[in-house]
Order: sequence, then C-alpha cells, then structure tokens
Amino acid sequence: MKHKVATTVNGQRREHEVEPRLLLVHYLRDVVGLTGTHIGCDTSQCGACTVTVDGKAVKSCTMFAVQAEGKSITTIEGMAAKDGTLHPLQQAFWDEHGLQCGFCTPGFIMAASYLLSQNPNPTEDEIRQGLEGNLCRCTGYVNIVKSVQSAAKAMNGSKANAGEHSAAARRS
Amino acid sequence: MAVTTMIGAKIHRREDPRLVSGEGRYVDDFTRPGCVALAVVRSPHAHALVKSIDITQAAKAPGVVAVYTHKDFVKVLSGTMPVTPSFVAEKKQSPPRFPIADKEVVYQGEPVAVVLAETKYQASDASNLIEVEYETLPAVMDLDKALEAKSPTVHSGAPDNLGWDLTYIPDDPAVMKEADVVIKVRILQQRIAPTSMETRGVLAEYSKPDGTLTVWMSSQSPHFVRLFLGGAMGIPENRLRVISPDVGGGFGAKISPYSEDWLVPAAAKLSGRPVKWIESRTESLQTTTHGRGQVFEVEAGAKKDGTLVFIKATQYLDAGAYMGTFAAFQACACLLAGGAYNWKHVAARTVGVLTNKVPTDPYRGAGRPEATHLCERAIDLLAGALKMDPAEIRRKNFITTFPHTNHFGLVFDSGAYEKALDMAMKIAGYEKLRKEQEEGRKKGKYLGIGLSSWIEICGFGPSAATAPATGGIALVESAQVRVFPTGSVAVYVGTHSHGQGHDTTFPQIVADTLGVPYDSIELRHGDTAEGPAFGYGTYGSRSLAVGGMAVHKASKKIVDKARKLAAHMFEAAEEDIAFDQGQFYVKGSPDKRKAFGEVAFASYGAGLPEGMEQGLEAVAYYDPSNFVWPFGTHIAVVEVDPETGHVDLKRYIAVDDCGNIINPMIVDGQIHGGVAQGISQALYEEVVYDNESGQMRTGTFTDYLLPSANEFPIFELGRTITPSPTNELGVKGIGEAGTIASSIAVINAICDALAPLGIKHVDMPASPDRLWKQIQEASGGSSNGKEARK
Repeated sequence: MKHKVATTVNGQRREHEVEPRLLLVHYLRDVVGLTGTHIGCDTSQCGACTVTVDGKAVKSCTMFAVQAEGKSITTIEGMAAKDGTLHPLQQAFWDEHGLQCGFCTPGFIMAASYLLSQNPNPTEDEIRQGLEGNLCRCTGYVNIVKSVQSAAKAMNGSKANAGEHSAAARRS
Repeated sequence: MAVTTMIGAKIHRREDPRLVSGEGRYVDDFTRPGCVALAVVRSPHAHALVKSIDITQAAKAPGVVAVYTHKDFVKVLSGTMPVTPSFVAEKKQSPPRFPIADKEVVYQGEPVAVVLAETKYQASDASNLIEVEYETLPAVMDLDKALEAKSPTVHSGAPDNLGWDLTYIPDDPAVMKEADVVIKVRILQQRIAPTSMETRGVLAEYSKPDGTLTVWMSSQSPHFVRLFLGGAMGIPENRLRVISPDVGGGFGAKISPYSEDWLVPAAAKLSGRPVKWIESRTESLQTTTHGRGQVFEVEAGAKKDGTLVFIKATQYLDAGAYMGTFAAFQACACLLAGGAYNWKHVAARTVGVLTNKVPTDPYRGAGRPEATHLCERAIDLLAGALKMDPAEIRRKNFITTFPHTNHFGLVFDSGAYEKALDMAMKIAGYEKLRKEQEEGRKKGKYLGIGLSSWIEICGFGPSAATAPATGGIALVESAQVRVFPTGSVAVYVGTHSHGQGHDTTFPQIVADTLGVPYDSIELRHGDTAEGPAFGYGTYGSRSLAVGGMAVHKASKKIVDKARKLAAHMFEAAEEDIAFDQGQFYVKGSPDKRKAFGEVAFASYGAGLPEGMEQGLEAVAYYDPSNFVWPFGTHIAVVEVDPETGHVDLKRYIAVDDCGNIINPMIVDGQIHGGVAQGISQALYEEVVYDNESGQMRTGTFTDYLLPSANEFPIFELGRTITPSPTNELGVKGIGEAGTIASSIAVINAICDALAPLGIKHVDMPASPDRLWKQIQEASGGSSNGKEARK
C-alpha cells in the first residue's frame, strides 16, 4: 500500500506516493532524482547521506520518506545560490582541498552547515566533534577541518570579503 | 619543454565544483531504461557444501524478473577469475574460481544465487525467500593452524592449504655470526578492509542485436576489466565498453575484477534487461578484498657500533579462499625488507596460505607498508639492544650512494635519506622531545617518539619486469592528445582518477609542454571507448610517473609535428624554428610569431608540407626504464595512559620526498590521507572473524572501527625534493607514501613510550584492550611482548 507524501525539497514542493518503508535517502535519490546525497553504509555511521530537515542535520538513511511529510528538506543540490554562486561551505571545500574522491563531501557540507548554524565560530575541537558522525577515507580530515574554519570566517565576514577571498584563492 | 609555468603551481581542482554541488556521477547515479535491480544471495558459512537451492518462492515474489544460479551462469560465462603471477611466478595451488559457487562455498559471502527484480527493495525481499541447504564443513581460519599437516583443507579434496612457498634469498649463517646483537620479533599485520566510502557497483546493458555490452562500474582499471570480462563472455574488446565514471575511492581494492563484475553483465545478457547492483556496506566488508593479513617472523643483527649486519624476514600471507588477482603482489614486502639501509645480508621467504576467508589483494601500499613496518621495528629493537638513539642508528646505516642495487636486484634511482630525517627531527624538535620524555618518565608519564624512515618502490613499471608479472600485459601507460582546429585540447589517458586530481594535474603538464592555456585543456579518462586501445589504470602510485609521462610524451609528439608545420609556414628549416610558451618563430626573428593555435588550425587545411597528413593528434605509450623510489621520514609522538591503554596521538610529522612536484596542494592531500590510513591500521582497524564458525564479527561500521575527525591531530608536513633520474619530469609517486610510513611510526612511538615497562613489541591495532593487557602483564612481572589477542 502506498502513502502520499508531500515535502519541500530545496524550496520546491514535491508530492509522491511511496511505500511506507521507503527510506528518505532512496526517496531523494530514486524518486525525486537528486543523486548528490550518497549512501556509504547500512547502519547510519558514515554520514554520506546527511541532509537537513527543517534546518536540522539528519542522516537520511535513518528516516522514512513518509516521516518527512510537510517538512522542508535541503540537499547538497540546494546549497548554491540560484545564480550558481557556491555556498561558502562549498567554496571553502574547493579552496582548501577539502575533498578528494568527493563521495563523502555532500554529507560533510550538509553536516557542517548545521554545525555552523548552531555555532558560527567553532574551535578546531568543536569542528572535529561536530563532524564525528561523518566518515572520510581520503583526506585524514585535515583539509575538511580547514574548510569549515575557512567557511566560518567567510560567513561571518561581509559578503564582499567572502567573494574576494574566493576569487583570490583560485590560484595562489 | 616550454618555460615552466603550470608545473609546480598550486592549482585548485577543476573536478571540485561538480563534486561539491552534488553533480558528481558515481555508478549508482546512472540508470538505463528498463533497468532491474540485482541482489546477491551469499553463503552465510565460511565452508560448506551446497546441497540444494530452492528458488520457487523467490521466483513468485512481487516484481521478480529472474533468479539465476551457477547452472544459468555457465551458459554465458566461461573460464575462471584471473590470477597473475605478480612476485611469485609459480604457485603450488591456485584454486580455480568461478564467479558463483556450484557445489561448495569456501568463504562467508561467496555468491550462490542472484535475484533480478523491478526494484531494489523487491530484489532484496525475494533474495530472502531463496532456500539454500548447506552441509557445513570445518573452516580453516587460523594462519598457523592452516599449515599443520592435520589441518582440514579450505577446498574439499585439496592436498593442503599451501598457496606458495618461495625463498627469494636464503640465510647466510656465516654472515649471521658476525652480528654482536641479534633481535627476533613476530609482527602481525592484521586484515584490513580497504573501505572506500563508495562501495563497489556495476550497471550493465547488453544489446542482443548488436552483440555489444556496456558496463558502468566503480573501477581503478576499466581496461583490465574489459580484457578479462570480454574473455569470460566471449565478447571482443571492440564490442565491450567499460565506463568507470566518478569513483568514490579505491585504495587498491578496485583494481582486481570481482564476481559481480561478471555476474551483473551475464545477468543482463541472460535476462535481456539492463541490470544494476550496488554493494551494501556489509557486502563490502565481507566480500571486497581485504588488505594485509600477514604475519612476519623477523630476525636482525648488528655490530656493537651499530653497523647493521643482516635482516631475515619470513612472510606468512593469509591469501583467503582463492588467490586474489594480484595477491602475490604483496610479497614485495620481502623485496624491500632491507628498507633504506645497507645490510651485509638480507634473507627473505614468502609463504602464501589459503584460509576460508575472502581473498586478500593490494590495499594502499600493498607490501611496502609491511616491509617498512618490519624493517623499522627491527631497527628500533636493534637500537634498543645497543642502547643507541633510534635516529643515530638510522643515520649510521642509510644508503647514501645512488643508483643503489639492493640484494634483490632492484635499483633505487635516487635518494637523500638523511636530509629527510634531519628535516623531520627539526620540525619535531627531537632533542627537546627526548628531554620532555625523560622528564615525563620521572612523573609516570609515558611519552613515546616513533621514527619511520621509509622507502617505496612505485611507478609500475618497466615492461620487462611487469609483463611477466601480469602474465603478459606490460604495465606501461598510454595517452592520446588531440588538438582541435580552434586550438582546444583533449587529453585521454589510461589511468583513472578517483580522488587523485588528474583532471587538474595532467593538464598542468600539457599546458607547459604545448605552451597553451591550462583552461583550453580537458582531461578524459575512465571510458574504454575513448582514447588509446589500452590503458593500464591507477594503482601503486604510478599515475604520474608513468601516465603523466605518457601525456608528456604524446604532447611532445604534437609539438614535433607542429614545429614541422610552422617551419613550412615560415618557409624556414625545421631546425631554425624556436618554440617558446606556445609561440613558434624563426630563431633570430622573435618578432614574427605563429601561435600554437594558428598552427593547429593550419594543420587541418591545405598546403601542408610534402607527405604530412592533416590533423594534430598523437598517441604515446610510455615504458619507463625503471621504477621510481620515493622516501622520507615520519615521526609520531604519543602518550599512552597506563591505566586504560589509551593512546593519545599528540603530534604527527611527515617529511616526504616524491621528486619534482606538479601540484603541491594535491601532494599534501595525498600525504594527509595516506598517513591517516596507516595511523588507522596502527590504532583502530581490524577485520575479525570468529575462528570457530568462520563468521565475520566486523560486518558493519558499528563493529569495524573507522576513525572520525575526532581521532587525528593536524599533521605537520615537510618536504625535500630529489628529482627522479628515471623520467624526464623528474617525478616519483605520492599516493601510498603516507600509509607506508605511518603505521610503524605510531607503533614505534608506542613501544618507545612503554619501554620503561620492558615492553618490546606491540601489535596492531594497538587498541586500549590490547595495550592494557600488555601493560598489566608487564607490570605484573610476567614475560612481555607476547601477543595479547589472537
């Protein structure tokens, strides 16, 4: 038996009929067609599937699609501005070489966006603790931590400064 | 070459905008019209006979399209999974492996049936309805016991469990007698799950009318898959296309072909539907090849003054139930057992042992971390026995003249080992750390400093050495450079980038060679339908030193042709033409120039020189003259809590030398990740099987411990640059360096911390329970250094 579910994904209203057991991550990937949210484990350890639901970071493999009824979901595809300008976190991961294979990256960016929404000026330790629900196998986390620090700085500074930082960092 | 402008520059990665935007395309992001999902039914037993398989209920389940077992697959698949000679040309036993079990299963997770259904939920549901009757058999799980005469065998009817036994160099008893001190140590290299964050996955579509097969998969070496799969399915290479798109990490475990790489395309052919299978994490931990899985018996001796005399290593390698395609590559640990040092004699033997576990195969470093671990542990034990500082004994015995031919005939191309040691000690503040350690000990603080002076053989490799090792295909590399009429450039390579940043670094090389803007160059890889006829893939830190050189070589062919054409356009002799930063001119008349783009456009027109064909494109295969030999010194600083056995990794210093550098940001990133993986082996990771039942006890991330950001400090990096004389770019490799160096840096630091307790050796992972037990035993006055956990 299928259930109706109505959500807002990246600002767009979505209505579908889904199986009650359908995981949110499969809903986003297979039904809505947003494949930027990844699956890296079966047991909610890796955080690759992190999205925000009503502003709060959620591992989308731990939630059924029907539980998202009426909620607003943001995925990695919803982070950049409409004109394509990258979100400061996306820009910072690029600038600081915060990714290699890129598979865990959407989850890290989404988890970090929640972290910075709760704590705009985290210390290094707070960043490390704040991201402990996400696993990366490529970077040793060194440049992920730097990316979040750099994004925090950009988000706290004026928008003009953040833009300058990004342009200058392209080739240093 | 044009004046260097891009080589060596910190260029931000051009692959990143798509990857940070969710626009990366990994295999699970693809589908085809009418695609069905495949689920694999796997053996829950490590060793059993398959008595019967009942598919009746499953076949009737909602959405099920087909159920296939061994009897179906033999109709479309022939032969066995490939096993290469690698470093052991003759194997005593290499059990033939068909991608799906017939009458006997030999490891937990071995496929016995597959289900195809309209959705993955339905495929998963139906797979639970397949009833397989097993008769369990004794499982061979322990490496030592497997070699006993009375041991059950991994495969029914096999004579024993010996895969290979090869002595590369025997003992020299006369030399051994020259040593004043001798140490012995048994070192465990636990099984590790390589664990790329993206698991494996395969999507296959077969066109019956055309007889063509297209496979999308997560692979480090799509051309090798095409070669092997084409053989198994009887499809020639020109009708078989393997596409390895964005790949979420490999670490060596996506080189060799797997059962599912055969079963999914075969199921597509059998069913007439496109088929997709994505590995779950549990499947990955159970069935993707493991790394390490070795035990080393090591003996070494030195003179009273610290001069090294001999080292002898015996490797016992847990191969698993079948030989991995490149399993015997890991025997290269033997060939590097002498490390960075001069020894009078080095003896080495490798023994490959079959067990009822998933096969082992290369994992980041593959043999070289094990070599570094055993050698650097032996050096520290000798230093301890001689009461010498670990840095001093290293310095005294380093190889200093290059090229250096080691005892196994391998030629180290260049090195400056002492320079890297000095830099690492300077960054660490070594003398100060030793003082802190001394002070701390008085207060009951167990601070330890661990050194690891590593070397590496990489850049596989010269055809004369590698063709016999693969069974025929030389591990050279290919590249194609196409210059289009308006001057934009496409470069096709046989390597595969899955985090290494080739999309950025290879165009940096081309930009300098052709003298054209970096932004006008596009790199393409991972699709066997594009570029040269064969590519060799990415592994063994080979992409730059072999693939980068192929790109450079093809680019130079372009310049050669363009120079001829430019001479014709200038009505000058070819030898009078100068080429500088993308501009041709007649020597002595630098004011009149022709840009590379103008010449490119002309190459597609009329009036070319006599005999010159239109177009500006070139293919090159680069066959290196030698391997390349990076090196460095790492230092770990730890504090061990004797009450809990907890290790606090306080600092980590890495000084690495990989020759000339194309992009320092990417080199640093590779070191970060490599170091983290080695530390993780030293402290956290271990695949654990129940020795009685053969059940894996670490089948999810709940039980298989991967460290998070919380577990690491910021790594402190330093760099020396000693160009490689092996290739024109002077480059080596850096993909594995961190992993090769770091496990033993950490273990040496822990042993150093616990030295006051008389603890001489600690095995991996140095988890709190293992260390606590060792500390308890040592404090209780009992013998130390023994294996606390089996």
